Amino acid sequence: MKLIYTDSLVVGAGLAGLRVAIASKERGLDTVVLSLIPAKRSHSAAAQGGMQASLGNTVKGMGDDEDVHFQDTVKGSDWGCDQDVARMFAHCAPKAVRELANWGVPWTRITEGPRQVVVNAEKVTIEEAKDAHGLINARDFGGTKKWRTCYTADGTGHSLLYAVDNKAISMDIPVHERVEALALIHDGKRCHGVVARCLVTGEIRAYIGKSTTIATGGYGRIYEVSTNAIICEGIGQALALETGVAKLGNMEAVQFHPTAIVPVGILTTEGCRGDGGLLRDKDGHRFMPDYEPEKKELASRDVVSRRMTEHMRKGKGVDSPYGPHLWLDITLLGRKHVETNLREVKEICENFLGIDPAKEWIPVRPTQHYSMGGIRTDKTGQNPQLKGLFSVGEAACWDMHGFNRLGGNSLAETVVGGMIIGKYVADFCQENTLEIDTGLAELFIDKVRSEIDDLVEGKGTESPFVIRKEMERIMMDYVGIFRNGTELDKAVSELQGLLKRSRDIGLKCNKRHANPELVEALRVKRMIKVALTVACGAAVRTESRGAHAREDFPQRNDKDWLNRTLSSWPDENALSPELSYEQLDVMKMELPPGYRGYGINNAIAHPDTEKRELEITQILSELDEEADCHQKQNAIMPFEVPEALMAKNERLSDKLNESGRVQAVRGIAK
Amino acid sequence: MNQFETKGRTLTFNIFRYDPQEVGDKPKIVQYQIEETPGMTVFIALNMLREHQDTSLQFDFVCRAGICGSCAMVINGLPTLACRTLTNTYPKGEITLMPLPGFELIGDLSVNTGKFMRELAERLKLWLHPMSEDANVHRLETPMSPEEAAKLYELERCVECGVCVSACATKQMRETFVGAVGMMKLARFELDSRDSRSVEDFYHVIGNQDGVFGCMTLLGCQDNCPKDLPHMQQIAYLRRKMAMAQV
Repeated sequence: MKLIYTDSLVVGAGLAGLRVAIASKERGLDTVVLSLIPAKRSHSAAAQGGMQASLGNTVKGMGDDEDVHFQDTVKGSDWGCDQDVARMFAHCAPKAVRELANWGVPWTRITEGPRQVVVNAEKVTIEEAKDAHGLINARDFGGTKKWRTCYTADGTGHSLLYAVDNKAISMDIPVHERVEALALIHDGKRCHGVVARCLVTGEIRAYIGKSTTIATGGYGRIYEVSTNAIICEGIGQALALETGVAKLGNMEAVQFHPTAIVPVGILTTEGCRGDGGLLRDKDGHRFMPDYEPEKKELASRDVVSRRMTEHMRKGKGVDSPYGPHLWLDITLLGRKHVETNLREVKEICENFLGIDPAKEWIPVRPTQHYSMGGIRTDKTGQNPQLKGLFSVGEAACWDMHGFNRLGGNSLAETVVGGMIIGKYVADFCQENTLEIDTGLAELFIDKVRSEIDDLVEGKGTESPFVIRKEMERIMMDYVGIFRNGTELDKAVSELQGLLKRSRDIGLKCNKRHANPELVEALRVKRMIKVALTVACGAAVRTESRGAHAREDFPQRNDKDWLNRTLSSWPDENALSPELSYEQLDVMKMELPPGYRGYGINNAIAHPDTEKRELEITQILSELDEEADCHQKQNAIMPFEVPEALMAKNERLSDKLNESGRVQAVRGIAK
Repeated sequence: MNQFETKGRTLTFNIFRYDPQEVGDKPKIVQYQIEETPGMTVFIALNMLREHQDTSLQFDFVCRAGICGSCAMVINGLPTLACRTLTNTYPKGEITLMPLPGFELIGDLSVNTGKFMRELAERLKLWLHPMSEDANVHRLETPMSPEEAAKLYELERCVECGVCVSACATKQMRETFVGAVGMMKLARFELDSRDSRSVEDFYHVIGNQDGVFGCMTLLGCQDNCPKDLPHMQQIAYLRRKMAMAQV
């Protein structure tokens, strides 16, 4: 048995995993990162648009702060998020952006003076303040009140991942590449590490750690068409699920991005619309103002995706061999803008569509994009059921996104969540001892070994590729943008049939070392379980919230459904997850459930909402008249982050206030 | 639209096959045939071949969108990214796939670029060496000129695909040669006002035959770079800087 032990074990080398590893190493802890691929190839690299942080440097961001970012995030989540976590996040986001600048990210900077931008299809001139020159710039994104998304052209994820991985290399953090975790080692109460397989040699190893952090990204690849990289298969979530102990949260919360290209599903960034791009139908008509007169193309993602689908259902889509699509028009931004700020988009259009987006419209349709659900954690990133198991980034349900994530908040979550949770992981490693029970490790290794033996030597007849295609189709057809009871029930029963069939997989290639068919077989069995948590959760949740839209239950029902779905897998032979629910406490919310600002306000109110609103009014009235926003916030809903991150964020407006010039700058903003 | 115009013709793929871990296996070219579909890329074709014809076929893809750099291989003699190579760019419908030369072969079309890049980063110290370590994340950030930020981003767009290394004759002849990717990255840090290293520091790392003075200016790196990075310009820039520093 090959046994590798460390203090902080991290599974996944994207931004979230690397940031946690850095936090561990900074504390002098022995740290090992496992990755399917070289770290710099992680899906984090694909994030184009940027990361939200309320720096408030640009004139369109003046007046922005943690409060506004927090409110946007909670509304964006359709009140499904953990408000404490959203607070911790909004508070630390500016720190993460500034830290990344110190690590080498060449954030796009502000140039003082007038510049032309496109707002609501019109060219507008805005004037950036002299004092803002050279500070970090921000662009507009859906669902945000201020221009808050910091970016490097449209390669933000790439820039961030390279800077963070470079930092990790400089700290000598080992990344074991081409290694796949296949089981968590645990005793029902504490997680001790993972069993992993080397994808090159086939060697099975046990990695033992004081803490095990799952940062393996989302589960988009259970869907047929997804913007996700092909490694986003939900294996991290599946490993937690297969313990039978650890629970997953809100797995049915799956977001569709409005503008992926047809047919391959590669994303064109929300920055296209943020920078002024428009959506058009088969007649060239700009239809979003008809549905969302206020926010138009910049309503939140779930809303835009549904409006597009609605419009296509009315026959306004453009026919293609792959079904109907709509157009994304960025021609009005001009060639220079497209070739500098939207260069990845231009390359994608050229290489995959053979079109020039500065001249031609881009064929787009909503496509699976982000999974808000994941391994349930508390505020410190630890799983409540298995001590020592942490999760961060898209893999986790830390729960700042609730039922819909705002653009620019995912990239931000990876580094901000990594920054915060990394400190808690390090604390945990310092407070706990390493427990090495080789018998226990052996037990889990044997299990993985015999699973592989069965596949390689067994007489199964099913093809992993065929089963996988079936699963993807079921998810796409029945658990998509609009959902209903009949289709969801069909999804559940068909997935259960597939799960049974997956127990009879046989391989054509019987190599035990590098063998893509074996890899596929090991994954697909796990992916179907994840798919079942999504379908079952969606079937039971009889309301519409954020990205979860039930045609048969169009109202957001705070009275009965202001809760988080938890799924666990009862035993190996089970055909569906066990669901339970975790209530969200309105009386502890800083922002009680309210109108989100899109379409008609059709929410069924929670009985406590009014009570909490009165209580908040009361709390505020009892405060000193001089109380600032931090004191008010603290009185309503105090939150904590690790001590080193507690300090307030400085902003340009503070500086300008000191010099008595803030009025002048605000004047420009209007 | 171009992508929908391709008619279903039969494509012939000649693919390099070799499993270095399989005792007795010898390198060979295996021929496969497949019906072309509209918008088909080499990524789509290889996956279909694996699903329907040979489940043991090894290759690497991650983003399948030209962003991550995983899937570089030699296609009809030229190194490039397979994910964004449309099959309809080859009028004869015959496509030969070879693994990138210059890297450890994992099997078939899969090579270990990750190991190469990590070792290069450690050898050349390819990370920001900040002027001061005490930057405060709670305070306003240090301003940077917008032009400098834009220039840095331009040089930072490398995806470590390995194409420049595989297309470099010097690298093929001399194992220890740094190659364009390493020099491009150093040029990026040399330009960064936040980096504390001097020209002399860079000279110690690449001011020799393994670095800028070993380049024969054959342009393979620049001609094939999928991100159109200005490799030659940067190598020339570093060379000039170093020559001047020695005067």
